[in-house]
Amino acid sequence: MKTFFTVLGASIAFFLTVAMFGTAGWDRPPLAVHQNGFRGTAMEQVHTREGVAEAMAANAAPAPADPAEPGEELAGTAYENVQVLKNVSVNEFNRLMVSMTEWVSPEQGCTYCHNTENMADDSLYQKKVARRMLQMTQHINSTWKDNHVGGSGVTCYTCHRGQPVPAHVWFTEPGPNRPGGFVARNNGQNMASPSAGLSSLPYDTLTAYLADKSIDNNAIRVNATTALPTTKGKPIQDAEKTFALMIHMSEGLGVNCTFCHNTRAVSDWSQSTPQRVTAWHGIRMVRDINGNYLEPLLSTFPPNRLGALGDVPKVNCTTCHNGQSKPLNGAHVVEAYPELAKSTETASAAPPAVPATPPTPAPAPQ
Amino acid sequence: MAMLSFERKYRIRGGTLIGGDLFDFWVGPFYVGFFGVTTLFFSVLGTALILYGAALGPTWNIWQINIAPPDLKYGLALAPLKEGGLWQIITFCAVGAFVSWALREVEICRKLGIGYHVPFAFSVAILAYVTLVVVRPLLMGAWGHGFPYGILSHLDWVSNTGYQYLHFHYNPAHMLAVSFFFTTTFALSLHGSLILSSTNPGKGEVVKTPEHEDTFFRDTIGYSIGTLGIHRLGLFLALSAGFWSAVCIVISGPFWTRGWPEWWGWWLNLPVWR
Repeated sequence: MKTFFTVLGASIAFFLTVAMFGTAGWDRPPLAVHQNGFRGTAMEQVHTREGVAEAMAANAAPAPADPAEPGEELAGTAYENVQVLKNVSVNEFNRLMVSMTEWVSPEQGCTYCHNTENMADDSLYQKKVARRMLQMTQHINSTWKDNHVGGSGVTCYTCHRGQPVPAHVWFTEPGPNRPGGFVARNNGQNMASPSAGLSSLPYDTLTAYLADKSIDNNAIRVNATTALPTTKGKPIQDAEKTFALMIHMSEGLGVNCTFCHNTRAVSDWSQSTPQRVTAWHGIRMVRDINGNYLEPLLSTFPPNRLGALGDVPKVNCTTCHNGQSKPLNGAHVVEAYPELAKSTETASAAPPAVPATPPTPAPAPQ
Repeated sequence: MAMLSFERKYRIRGGTLIGGDLFDFWVGPFYVGFFGVTTLFFSVLGTALILYGAALGPTWNIWQINIAPPDLKYGLALAPLKEGGLWQIITFCAVGAFVSWALREVEICRKLGIGYHVPFAFSVAILAYVTLVVVRPLLMGAWGHGFPYGILSHLDWVSNTGYQYLHFHYNPAHMLAVSFFFTTTFALSLHGSLILSSTNPGKGEVVKTPEHEDTFFRDTIGYSIGTLGIHRLGLFLALSAGFWSAVCIVISGPFWTRGWPEWWGWWLNLPVWR
């Protein structure tokens, strides 16, 4: 009996060791480390050289379509039922439609959104969603230009990457299905959820902090502002939720905590990096997108596009960033599509002619 | 310091590793030896350079003095003296002094004909230090990955290095190291209290023997590791703590660049419950 258990124990230990060494996905040098703090502070972004090259290749921005022929006729007068792009020239309108097909539904083609018998027909829900998404893209590229997206801007491809549903959308996490029993509650944690980086931290932190435009701006702040407590502070569960959100942001951007924070004082803005300001606005931008553009589509989406709790698909940092601090290697994707840079619903907002420049490639990361 | 009456007979010449009779003598109670001289040289030079570095810095506040390693851009090359070069020389002096001290211990062991347990144990501490400031920087490609020399600055380095991997408590080797650190203090407190209890009997009673000590633990937990065994266990626990500390930092970066929680994906993906 003793021999049996010895052999059993040794075999289990052996196989676990093999699994640990063989399947954990270990990295190895050479590394590509980018320093972003004073020397010796260990504020640095650690990647393997191989991983950086793979991410660059996987996030290449598509070449923009050839510039449209100049033309005076506006899409709003030439076509029926054009609501968002009515002040765009017909040629530019058609160029954008072709690009959108390549960005969003390259396999499904025009029929993913359009009834080809009557292109003006709004019977497909995809078309109504796409119209709202156009407004959203214009909103992001104008309202959030200064504080978050900068000169890079976004196009449909930034999130969609050639798929009708972007790979990184999220729904409210329903948690384990346990109507009763001994472990009826888990306090919303201990699920090794991908959004919390497989940690035991709270798994539905995205709903708590990113789902809606009306979230308390101080909800994420859990650090004390005085050396000794003066009032009853926030509970540790709040700190864990914040930690889970920060893990989501880090993994979404392919960076670590020191990209924005000097962790000796994470809450202190004077010791933080400039990127923290961009990220702070990014949180507000995501809430704006989810609350103002996706949530209102609840009745437009068919049930199979909704989450387990019947909520709309929502965006988070990963949706655009896809593991990079600058999406699509920082390419200025919106430059070739000025009609996406601001609202085109009124005549005065009509965009200038398309410049024939390709997107500016971002400087290679060090 | 006076020498104890019996101490003279243990002061034996020979047994040196290099240099033969050179420096094979005592100064007061201290054995000198070749490695005593190199220890002194490296530690005096290193300390002087630390003072020089502090003088260059903005503060004499003992908590805030900081001698930082070079920027990563210098890679594995030498950096200008005031931009991390001092750190590089101080690191060289520190390693030189620590290794010299360990070798001096070896020489004393050889003179006494005792085992090398003490220098071996000290070597594990040196291993942890060398892993931090030499091995890991070499693997990561820049001396700038070493930790800065300063009371608060090195703690800030520890904090940021931990957060480079999002949640360092999920580092499996860190878990082992922390467990061994706690266990070693636990074992020492059990052992220390047991010895004090048996050597401090009540008034009018005699000092108790190891049989009493063994019986106490047999009655309590069914097993006593014994008088020699507790020291073997203590050494094992302490050295394991240092060893796994070295492992936990050398895998962070060179062999794992993402968040440590994510590492546990292999466990979640075991075919048993995947």
